[in-house]
Amino acid sequence: MECASSPARIAVRIQREDFDAAAQANALTRGRADVGAVVTFTGLCRDEGGKLAALELEHYPGMAEDEIARVAAEAESRWPILGGVAIHRYGKIAPGENIVLVVIASSHRAAAFEAAEFMMDYLKTRAPFWKKEHLKDGREGAWVEAKDVDDAAADRWRAT
Amino acid sequence: MSQPIKLSYFAWVRERIGRPDETLQPPADVRTVADLIAWLSARGEEYAYAFEKATVIRVAIDRKHVKQDSPIEGAREIAFFPPMTGG
Repeated sequence: MECASSPARIAVRIQREDFDAAAQANALTRGRADVGAVVTFTGLCRDEGGKLAALELEHYPGMAEDEIARVAAEAESRWPILGGVAIHRYGKIAPGENIVLVVIASSHRAAAFEAAEFMMDYLKTRAPFWKKEHLKDGREGAWVEAKDVDDAAADRWRAT
Repeated sequence: MSQPIKLSYFAWVRERIGRPDETLQPPADVRTVADLIAWLSARGEEYAYAFEKATVIRVAIDRKHVKQDSPIEGAREIAFFPPMTGG
């Protein structure tokens, strides 16, 4: 049985394998009646207008888990979260495939929406992952560049 | 007294330097992350290339983000990488 004072309510996993977003969300609510809202965010690999064959996701083993766990702990301290899971994949990922999953369960929707968005905004700028493009014409593409808009999205949570 | 430190490199920093990690013993006057970047940059052209825009390089000491003015004393592992692009 899960202890009510369990410190980590948001599970963090870094894995090469795909995940099933619906199954992950169902597992959070199964057997309990206190959850009133579940927000599930899935980030997928785009084909960038047909030119991309795959993304290669490199990560810093150990730190990737630690950093997402730190982001999860901050989310738990800011919102009344009943349960959650964050999964980030690494390795070669084809267009249409899953990259990242954040699921947050709470009593009410505002906390679930906000905590899930906060997790994604912070994860994008703090978790040590890097994307390299592989192009359809066989060429190795460039490393994806970090966007200022992602930094701005993370920064706005600081002002509140 | 300085001690050996494991240095790890990721993404294009790793590609430019040409190896994922190495263990080096910087001299005692290398006190901060910025000092370490300057010392590495003087070691060879692959390091100079990796650190040519030093201000964009992100750094973690023992798997925690740090700023470049952070002291390196006591560090077991220092990682250098570009701004992150996960999610």
